[in-house]
Amino acid sequence: MTATATSARSDLSELGRSETALRTFLHGLPGVDQVGAEQRAAQLGTRSIKTSAKAQAIDLAIRMVDLTTLEGADTPGKVRALAAKALRPDPADPSCPHVGAVCVYPAMVPYVAEVLRGSGVHLASVATAFPSGQAPLEIKLADTRAAVEAGADEIDMVINRGAFLAGRYAEVYDEIVATKQACRDAHLKVILETGELATYDNVRRASWLAMLAGGDFIKTSTGKVPVAATLPVTLVMLEAVRDFRAATGRQVGVKPAGGIKTTKDAIKYLVMVNETVGADWLDPDWFRFGASSLLNDLLMQRTKLTTGVYPGPDYFTLD
Amino acid sequence: MSERVAVRKTYKLFIGGKFPRSESGRSYLVQDSNVSLASRKDARDAVVAARAAAKGWAGATAYNRGQILYRVAEMLEGRREQFVALGVPADEVDAATDRWVWYAGWSDKLPQVYGGANPVAGPYFNLSAPEPTGVVAVAAPESPALLGLVSVIAPAIVTGNTVVVAASPSAPLAAVTLAEVLATSDLPGGVVNILTGHPKETVPTLASHLDVNAIDLTGVADADLATELEVSAAQNLKRVLRPAPAGHDWSADPGITRMTALLETKTVWHPKGV
Repeated sequence: MTATATSARSDLSELGRSETALRTFLHGLPGVDQVGAEQRAAQLGTRSIKTSAKAQAIDLAIRMVDLTTLEGADTPGKVRALAAKALRPDPADPSCPHVGAVCVYPAMVPYVAEVLRGSGVHLASVATAFPSGQAPLEIKLADTRAAVEAGADEIDMVINRGAFLAGRYAEVYDEIVATKQACRDAHLKVILETGELATYDNVRRASWLAMLAGGDFIKTSTGKVPVAATLPVTLVMLEAVRDFRAATGRQVGVKPAGGIKTTKDAIKYLVMVNETVGADWLDPDWFRFGASSLLNDLLMQRTKLTTGVYPGPDYFTLD
Repeated sequence: MSERVAVRKTYKLFIGGKFPRSESGRSYLVQDSNVSLASRKDARDAVVAARAAAKGWAGATAYNRGQILYRVAEMLEGRREQFVALGVPADEVDAATDRWVWYAGWSDKLPQVYGGANPVAGPYFNLSAPEPTGVVAVAAPESPALLGLVSVIAPAIVTGNTVVVAASPSAPLAAVTLAEVLATSDLPGGVVNILTGHPKETVPTLASHLDVNAIDLTGVADADLATELEVSAAQNLKRVLRPAPAGHDWSADPGITRMTALLETKTVWHPKGV
């Protein structure tokens, strides 16, 4: 197995002080056994979850969905409709839980905030020059502050992959710290964009870097590059949050995003969470799905379980 | 020289243009061959495949659909001996081939016969055109193995519907071999999906499935079951083709009712004189 051996309960908060210390620590993390991680993820994907367990998994997955729309064509009307759907995903069934959060661009936050106020559904906004993250720091921070002021209580930031891949870890670290400060009370989700990180070793390093810098969640992807969330990548990240809690006592959430479209996929992730980090993470506060079309499939499967009849996509809203 | 080892064939399902085993892993023995035993889940997967193919197939030109159906006849003709070896009488194979040709010819003619211009009291062109219903579930007749199957599939797809067929449980080999013909005939994957096994398991799922638009109960011999299926089909107002009480004569002229039963009519009012 690919467990990370955390050498000692050293004071990890000191690491951010110097580039050298960070580099030594991140490159000292054990390498990921690529074949092992992929095989483990594939194996966990073969579990059969049926009947009442499936019903429970579906409801949990619905509560974990970050219902997302990040399109240039988003309009106030569209995001309001999405927020209404987040509150009552299945209007025909009052027992259906609401989703975890709605995730939109900063400019759309005020419209969603009106609808969600007092409902318990969180309001997430992407920020820091999403999705590329290639903008000056002041602009990224202003982006973040604007989103928080408009009412977002969760911020999805992107890390500076250019700096990360070039090995300028301190720069990435400092950006995350600065963004965390700009977030004030809002939760900070750090998007690693694993599709651009090339190796599992990099995913592990980026995960630790984000957690060391104070991220409350680590998220796989923006959904804007061809390779989004995969099971092995999420496995590596789950191992990182597990080991991070063992080393520091602080629990960090995980959010796979992009490419998760079916109930079957979602249940595979839930199985992996349970088997890798345990039931502590099986909660919308610690695990989320960044998705849009996933919700409809969950609702269709839920309807099948409650009515015994397979419904069709015609019976659910498109966005 | 050692004796050659026999290449034994497994007869699998036909879903979305591919030949998967049943998701349940089950199979049953027919004429000494293993045949997949479709489950409710396979039926659902088949509906998903049929739905995915519906838009493209309905959007293909009638001329193109006719060509593809004719191509099916060509490929079937080439596999004549294979069907005969499976126990299908030679004249039945010929009749089935001819039936594909017959229906292929209807693809661009049905709109003239079944649609047209309506005289209306106003300055409008008023035109009615037949449109496919969508995804059609079909319980294929128990026999004749090939001609019966062709006679229920061809009229449904020629107009642009896509089908999920529960094949005859006693003659699945001919059904899967027909699937091989379809797979090599330029027919887009998912337009025809064939489930082998016990229709009693799959057809009720199809009848109650809300993403199926019509159901053809021709192969349901049990009158009580047919009623039950019709009741579940009513939930989303599926079009229902009832089994003929006196049975079918598959060698007779089929007429156009099997095609027209699975159509919607779109009527357009177009102002004139401006």
